[in-house]
Amino acid sequence: MKLIPCPLNGLRNAEEFVCGGEVQPEPDASQLSAADWAQHVFHRDNRAGLVREWWLHVPSGYWFIAERDTLSDRFLRSYPASELFAKRTPVGPAEPGDR
Amino acid sequence: MPIGLLKYGLARRYPARRQFPPERPLKPVYDIVIIGAGGHGLAAAYYLAKQWGLRNVCVLDKGWIAGGNTGRNTAIVRANYLTPEGVRFYAESVALFRELSQELDFNILYSERGHLTLAHTDAALRTARWRAEVNKHLGVSSELIGVDEIRRLCPVLNLSEEARYPVLGALYHPPGAIARHDAIAWGYARAAADMGVELHQHTEVTGIRRQGDRVVGVETNRGVISCARALQAVAGSSSRLAALAGFRLPIVTVPLQACVSQPLQPFLDPIVVSASLHCYVSQTPRGELVMGGAVDGYPLYQQRSTLDFKETLMSDLLELFPFLSEVKVLRQWAGIADMTPDFSPVMGETPLANYYIDAGWGTWGFKATPVCGKRMAETLATGAVPDLLRPFALQRFDSFRQLGERGAAAVGH
Ligand SMILES: Cc1cc2nc3c(=O)[nH]c(=O)nc-3n(C[C@H](O)[C@H](O)[C@H](O)COP(=O)(O)OP(=O)(O)OC[C@H]3O[C@@H](n4cnc5c(N)ncnc54)[C@H](O)[C@@H]3O)c2cc1C
Repeated sequence: MKLIPCPLNGLRNAEEFVCGGEVQPEPDASQLSAADWAQHVFHRDNRAGLVREWWLHVPSGYWFIAERDTLSDRFLRSYPASELFAKRTPVGPAEPGDR
Repeated sequence: MPIGLLKYGLARRYPARRQFPPERPLKPVYDIVIIGAGGHGLAAAYYLAKQWGLRNVCVLDKGWIAGGNTGRNTAIVRANYLTPEGVRFYAESVALFRELSQELDFNILYSERGHLTLAHTDAALRTARWRAEVNKHLGVSSELIGVDEIRRLCPVLNLSEEARYPVLGALYHPPGAIARHDAIAWGYARAAADMGVELHQHTEVTGIRRQGDRVVGVETNRGVISCARALQAVAGSSSRLAALAGFRLPIVTVPLQACVSQPLQPFLDPIVVSASLHCYVSQTPRGELVMGGAVDGYPLYQQRSTLDFKETLMSDLLELFPFLSEVKVLRQWAGIADMTPDFSPVMGETPLANYYIDAGWGTWGFKATPVCGKRMAETLATGAVPDLLRPFALQRFDSFRQLGERGAAAVGH
């Protein structure tokens, strides 16, 4: 069984994880054209080599970032998302009453 | 043919026919460059020469003929898809497959077995009925059948109500078939080469030369060649080629694995698929069971095999055929599947005016080889995308018109 390093739980079986896809810059939803949305939602770099991705450790519900090599199937580094994202992306209405 | 056969039979010596001409140096200019000598690229080359008289064509491959997914798939051919666009497209492919041994004078061992998609849940039954109705409406033979009928078609299947996931019914598709995958590629390659198409193996495309929004040539490890038009048909490597050409694709590359058992006496006529259990199996004319499941859990450009795959696959397959528990696995392998978010392929135009794409074939593209080759050839020859291919345009993602085939293509075949 392949082992994947989780920043919270250490090395765990690959079966316990789900890959959440490439880390990409969060777009500004209010400014985006339809074509830009399509790029963000559907299109991927799908790089052969070094990638940086979201991963989920399912049993503990913990999302983190992993860097790995898609040619050699090696995990190089994994760390908490807070290392990349200093501030939270607001969810829902920005201000109370703003619907 | 019969006289030729007689002469051959009576001859003292049996000269083997050379299948492909010896490799020549690359020419500096071609009308059309096809990147990828899998079934798709070779079929396109064949129809370009045969139907459109375009022979100044070369097919380049970084490896060898059919060394990609074409030589790694489980060779299931069927047309029982879910969307009308998909059904129409795959139905044309099945019709071409039926005539292909004759057309290419190459035995592709096409064997119509009937195809059973088992339903173990109400949701699966509903999808099966939906597919059956869409299929019948478009003239494709499919039927939702009950357990008694399944027992008649496949008496060895475990249909006990005591099973962990009892079988409730199935989508039955009589034209479902298997074929010899290598033969498809070799047959197209030989016939194309006979008409003057050049095949260049061990020739990797390393760059795409552009002028404005046009392609003017391709760079390879054997030098640069100019071309008037180019087609990329590289399956798992689609995003890499597109990146060389300067655009991104709605594709991720994920390994898909399969394996075969030791040969057994013939006992399994139909192809049996269970989407709920993520597995499928057929028996080849040689007696081997060909077995596969869903794609691996995460993107990877590696054709490695894993023990996890075998373990999970077998635990599911033994639910269906418990008596196989002593049978040995003979070989195991993998290919890299170019998966799209809507489980439909991407065919036709790209952001570059004279650069065309044939990609997003994921786990389901072998069955499309003839129709895709034929219609991509038409696209390259006329510069106009035929109606049959239009719904599969790359552009569909920008206009949010996906073509959801998940219900029909989620298990890898
Ligand atoms: C295990 C498995 C089981 C499957 N089962 C089925 C099934 O039962 N039924 C079905 O319909 N489909 C099935 N599929 C899917 C099917 O195999 C593929 O969709 C289909 O074969 C794709 O054919 P292709 O010619 O487009 O690609 P390929 O056969 O993969 O050919 C692409 C070629 O491009 C070459 N290439 C890549 N990069 C470059 C470059 N830079 N320069 C030059 N050449 C390059 C590669 O070497 C390769 O030979 C399965 C796939 C797998 C892996």
